[in-house]
Amino acid sequence: MTSETGALPLPGVSRDRAGSSAPTGADPESVIRRAEQLRRGLTGNFRDEAVSSVYAEAERLSRRAVRQHDQDRRLDWDQRIDRIVTSPILGLPLMLVILAVVFWLTIAGANVPSAMLANGFFWFEARAAALFESAGAPWWLTGFIWHGVFRGLAWVISVMLPPMAIFFPLFTILEDLGYLPRVAFNLDFLFKRAGAHGKQALTMAMGFGCNAAGVIATRVIDSPRERLVAILTNNFVPCNGRFPTLIMLATIFVAASFPPVLASIAAAAAVVGVVVLGVFFTLAMSWLLSRTVLKGEASAFTLELPPYRRPGIARILYTSLIDRTLFVLWRAILTAAPAGAVIWLLGNIYAGDTSLATHSANALAPLGRAIGLDGVILLAYVIAIPANEIVVPTMLMVYTGGGMMSEMESMSELRGLLVGQHGWTMLTAVNLMLFALLHNPCATTIITIYKETLSVRWAALGALMPLALAFLVTFLTATIVRLFV
Amino acid sequence: MSAHNCDTCPSHAHLAQMGLKVDRFDRVVALAGNPNTGKSTLFNALTGLKQHTGNWPGKTVTRAEGGFQFNGVRYKLVDLPGTYSLLSASQDEEVARDFLLFGTPDCTIVVTDATALERNLNLVLQVLEITGKAVVAVNLMDEAKRKGIEVDVRSLSRDLGVPAVPVIARTGEGLQALLTSVDGVITGEIQTRPRRPDGTAEFNAALAELVPLIEAAAPGVPNARWIAIRLLDGDVRVEGALRTGELAALVSRQQRPDDRFSKKIALQGAQ
Repeated sequence: MTSETGALPLPGVSRDRAGSSAPTGADPESVIRRAEQLRRGLTGNFRDEAVSSVYAEAERLSRRAVRQHDQDRRLDWDQRIDRIVTSPILGLPLMLVILAVVFWLTIAGANVPSAMLANGFFWFEARAAALFESAGAPWWLTGFIWHGVFRGLAWVISVMLPPMAIFFPLFTILEDLGYLPRVAFNLDFLFKRAGAHGKQALTMAMGFGCNAAGVIATRVIDSPRERLVAILTNNFVPCNGRFPTLIMLATIFVAASFPPVLASIAAAAAVVGVVVLGVFFTLAMSWLLSRTVLKGEASAFTLELPPYRRPGIARILYTSLIDRTLFVLWRAILTAAPAGAVIWLLGNIYAGDTSLATHSANALAPLGRAIGLDGVILLAYVIAIPANEIVVPTMLMVYTGGGMMSEMESMSELRGLLVGQHGWTMLTAVNLMLFALLHNPCATTIITIYKETLSVRWAALGALMPLALAFLVTFLTATIVRLFV
Repeated sequence: MSAHNCDTCPSHAHLAQMGLKVDRFDRVVALAGNPNTGKSTLFNALTGLKQHTGNWPGKTVTRAEGGFQFNGVRYKLVDLPGTYSLLSASQDEEVARDFLLFGTPDCTIVVTDATALERNLNLVLQVLEITGKAVVAVNLMDEAKRKGIEVDVRSLSRDLGVPAVPVIARTGEGLQALLTSVDGVITGEIQTRPRRPDGTAEFNAALAELVPLIEAAAPGVPNARWIAIRLLDGDVRVEGALRTGELAALVSRQQRPDDRFSKKIALQGAQ
């Protein structure tokens, strides 16, 4: 129950599943009682003595075995770099700069390949559909396969693959270099004030890749209370499935109002802004949890700052491209294909004069408008519960309906579709970014929270708390903007 | 796996990476050590797997398993999360401790960081209290050399009473010698005399009385001595585990092949 599943010893959780095979032969109770009697007979605090004897022994042995020659310069370098990287003044700004550079490279580099992939896929879709028609296939078969399933796949791959193929190697380089523990060091004082564990910064960083991985990474936190805080708030860093949404919105809404030279920088700044906001919400909710359902103080801990190591290029590429990129992409593909099918069906099955997609979007519209979004966006979020990656593709497919979609040759056409035809405003974009940042984690993450806590209640809280926060925050921004604009 | 300076191992010594083929094996070897000492790098070098090895303490949170063949003997290698001590309470460290205590590996390789040997020896000494079937891999020898640190591995071996072998896991240097030592410890060709701190007379007497009682109360539990020490210390978790029979369940779970084991666990150290 504990070590294997990594489950937390929580009140109300059955911990005696394995307790069926109680030992026979001697009574454990009497053994424990005897141990207590014997303990009283022992002089001094033998635990402290045992621990300090191990320490003394280790020191003695290492003195005998280790020779330290003249101090060398590399050691100096490590310390010099750390003095800057973890400095109280420069540490945080430097972190933001690194984050911004990573996002800028991702956004600037992913633009062109994304468009090329999309064009290629949609060219293929049109040809394949035409081939089906000329072969006399029924319209629903052509539509279901090519405009449904295939289009879902095409969107996911072209939207996700290029940013991931850039972001993951960069992230892995930082990880292998040894930068993550420095981040934890820099943020420690904030987490401490929020009543959370300093290592939560590490699990938060893992969340950038995948929130489910971030939740599993919380095992490095000893205190069950602080571990739960870290689990419940991991969702507030946008994972790779959500970055494409943020990047797209930043590109077509924020960057569009800047001259082309500055566009990708502005977009990167906007994404960094969202991430910083995510860190803020992580801290704020940790603080709230530490003062309500998970009362307690932050515990002390030690964190090693490992030496900087030159990352191995081959291993970085393997880890980031094969293990991470393809792994995440494959998961997205597995959910995108059925989602594409569902959207096509919703868009092409009619009840009365309107399609099911329009019906459900209309039903969700009042709620959507109240939080500055619309019914289609909310519908996309409902369909995308299995995996956040497919929110944008779903949305676009519902907008364009069952009909043919014009090739998205550039982001400006996308902007035309959203602003021109569907009445998006800056408020829609901002609130969608906020919603994407805050809303409930994907199904995989929720299941992982359940597995790690073995508690339906915590899993439910992990899903509903972010969702409620997302509605609250977007409702507030929408209301405030409408009051003043 | 190219350049190894091994002058003691026989010329037919041969390492074959077996990746995930761990369904049939002759021996189980555990990889323990402080966080960020290169356990996962060593694991990859031996098994040919590509488990991710980030440069931060806490990267591996579950145990990963892989296989290799050395001199015709099939080994299952279990990569454990890094741990500073065996008394700790965090989930990842507990995974490591439980396997060392109750998984009864045929040999435990304790991976140490040559650049921070003193701190690493704390864990080595604690492991030696549990088992003498151990080999100390003094890793990161290249980093130590660059920092002007020289480790006298022979004196360390003598002091610890178990083989200590210098390795550079990243390049594969020293792996043949390491495996030859592991083989020797398992077959008994190398007699180990693990260094253990001498307790007071009354402490030893108390242990001597408790160990048989524990063995009677929880038949088949390995490391009754360790449990006795924990009970004398008043460790409520161990008391609870003994009381509910969880201890027995824990033992059988550690000795079963990990049924949740999958490629994903091996590669990411996660489920």
